Amino acid sequence: MEIQSPQFKQKARKAIADEQLQRAMGKAKIGFVGKRKKAVDALPEFDDLRSSARAIKDHTLEHLDLYLEAYERKVIASGGRVHWAETAEDARQAVLDICRAAGARTVTKGKSMITEEIALNDFLEKEGVRPVETDLGEYIIQLRGEHPSHIIGPALHLNKEQVEEDFRRVHTELPSGRDLSQPESLLGEARQILRPQYFQADVGITGANFLVAETGTSIIVTNEGNGDLTQTLPRVHIVVASIEKVVPTLEDASQILRVLARSATGQDMSVYTTLSTGPRRPDDPDGPDEYHVILLDNGRSSMLGTEFHEMLRCIRCGACMNHCPVYHAVGGHAYGWVYPGPMGSVLTPSLVGVDKAGHLPNASTFCGRCESVCPMQIPLPRMMRNWREREFERGLNPAAQRFGLGFWAFFARRPGLYRLATSMAIPTLSGLAGRRRWFRSLPFAGGWTRHRDLPAPESRTFMQQWRDRETLKQGGTSA
Amino acid sequence: MKEDKTQPKRVGLFVTCLVDLFRPTVGFAAVKLLEEAGCTVEVPMAQTCCGQPAYNSGDREDAAAIARQTIEAFEEFDYVVAPSGSCAGMLKKHYPSLLKGTPHEARAEAFSGRVHELVSFLVDVLGVRQVPARHEGSVTYHDSCSGLRELGIQQQPRALLSSVEGLELKEMQNSDVCCGFGGTFCVKYPDISNKIVEEKTASIEGAGADTLLAGDLGCLMNMAGKLHRQGSRVEVRHVAEVLAGMTDKPAIGGGGR
Repeated sequence: MEIQSPQFKQKARKAIADEQLQRAMGKAKIGFVGKRKKAVDALPEFDDLRSSARAIKDHTLEHLDLYLEAYERKVIASGGRVHWAETAEDARQAVLDICRAAGARTVTKGKSMITEEIALNDFLEKEGVRPVETDLGEYIIQLRGEHPSHIIGPALHLNKEQVEEDFRRVHTELPSGRDLSQPESLLGEARQILRPQYFQADVGITGANFLVAETGTSIIVTNEGNGDLTQTLPRVHIVVASIEKVVPTLEDASQILRVLARSATGQDMSVYTTLSTGPRRPDDPDGPDEYHVILLDNGRSSMLGTEFHEMLRCIRCGACMNHCPVYHAVGGHAYGWVYPGPMGSVLTPSLVGVDKAGHLPNASTFCGRCESVCPMQIPLPRMMRNWREREFERGLNPAAQRFGLGFWAFFARRPGLYRLATSMAIPTLSGLAGRRRWFRSLPFAGGWTRHRDLPAPESRTFMQQWRDRETLKQGGTSA
Repeated sequence: MKEDKTQPKRVGLFVTCLVDLFRPTVGFAAVKLLEEAGCTVEVPMAQTCCGQPAYNSGDREDAAAIARQTIEAFEEFDYVVAPSGSCAGMLKKHYPSLLKGTPHEARAEAFSGRVHELVSFLVDVLGVRQVPARHEGSVTYHDSCSGLRELGIQQQPRALLSSVEGLELKEMQNSDVCCGFGGTFCVKYPDISNKIVEEKTASIEGAGADTLLAGDLGCLMNMAGKLHRQGSRVEVRHVAEVLAGMTDKPAIGGGGR
């Protein structure tokens, strides 16, 4: 996927002016925030669960090599294969090789952000393999030729009227008078269209929420059941997952599951939690003949041990973006790559470079709501600041900004000079405001006054007035 | 914490740059509240700004220099109090991590333990339960982010406001959602900031109160500036002004329209 993060500002402005998008975002934010709160309030030990989930991932990341190798051994023992992919290119090629070997023309896909990260669909199509997204949201945006705007709600940016329009445009074989006014009727129609695809597909591709080292199991959590059909019906099942998805044991996975859905959708558990371990065994009623796992690094191992290490705890619940005022204002597409919101603002620079994604960690008010709801207690604002530090060190921020900051810092580091300068400037500025006491515009303050007025300083600075008061207290003898 | 009742506590007031430059009334309100609670208040002249503009722009060197300067200026006091959750959060939570691994590390840690935001200091440390203030009218209170999430300030200002005679608190929806100020964010990303503050002013208007209060002047200037641009009649003040009974002074920007 083309990286459009350098155009963040323009894309954000467009998003703010987009009425359809704003309508969709308005509904989404109320839903997610309220549902999470209800689920969390109902579980007094939720914060303890967060701490224990965090400890599991911290431990795993300390011994990541060990657990990945243990996981690989178990996958092989259960009859599956593991393909190590250092880059997105390696991962795409591994998928294609498996598809070619299986003679695949059609592949079904469960919802997976990793396959977005490696831009798998475009690649497969170019190579003559037809990918069919089976998650309702993913299916909708595939019809529209778009990318997900949210990591758990890919079509969050759309209203149901837009989806109805798309379905009528594409599903021309269905009667034109059909009723598609309800979300349920849209879901029903998508199911009807998708059902035969599972049987046509030679390969099913899913992501993974967890990889379990103890058993070689991959786990997905879904709400529609499409993931199960994707991974059991076709002859070949490919799991594409990044290396930080591994956890030591099934017990660990179930611990983290207790915070995952509550943080994401406010459900106690997602509707389906599906475990798959290796290909079909002789006495299994169903399952694929081949089971492959593609383990993607794509820059993650280089985050280990850095100030961005803790980002690898992320379980992709989406709570950070669900609670982010910036995400609410601009939606997911403005971020310009795969991962939006606070987690994207930290992860995207790690994966594509801060020179391209520099806007993202800057476009935060540091309100801290993301960190306060993160089930893995990831210090997202701190890491956004760390990216700003890297940008500053490399001189990547705009010259005007650096100059302004340098000018300000020169005075802020010299209290005497600062006092002198402000005691002249502030009364002057206060006087300029006249009787209205507000500025509608002011040189060098356009960023402020484009959208709001600036209150004039009251009169003289506090420090000037305080000195007068102290002098008066001492009898007014000294000047 | 057991407090020594005999000795008056020596408080160094960290005025904050915005209060110093734009709204000295807040500084004098803070002094009044602290003195009424039995503290002696001093204002070291060697203070400027807490350093957040540098720190949040990735400029650690300038931020650390300002941190050292601030710590040195306030070393002699029992407490360091700021009428801002954001600046107090910077002094208390971020100076230690900023100066970690430097010769100032231990001093930053010790300093951190003495730093408090004004209203939470009054309630949590000094045990103030009521203020002798009077304010006829209804107010709504915005929870500024740093104070709320870094320092746990939420119930303290409401507790003191409930003791103000004549005052009615009308809660707004989503009082804990950011106002879109974010320091330099609001001028670096003005359109996004505007979108966020528009949501906030809608919540404020929805509360139907005459006056908006909060504990941080940055957020207040942002919200006041937007309300004024929109032609709102809501007055905007720092919570300390109401608690100190200083609402005879004009509100931010001289009042409503």
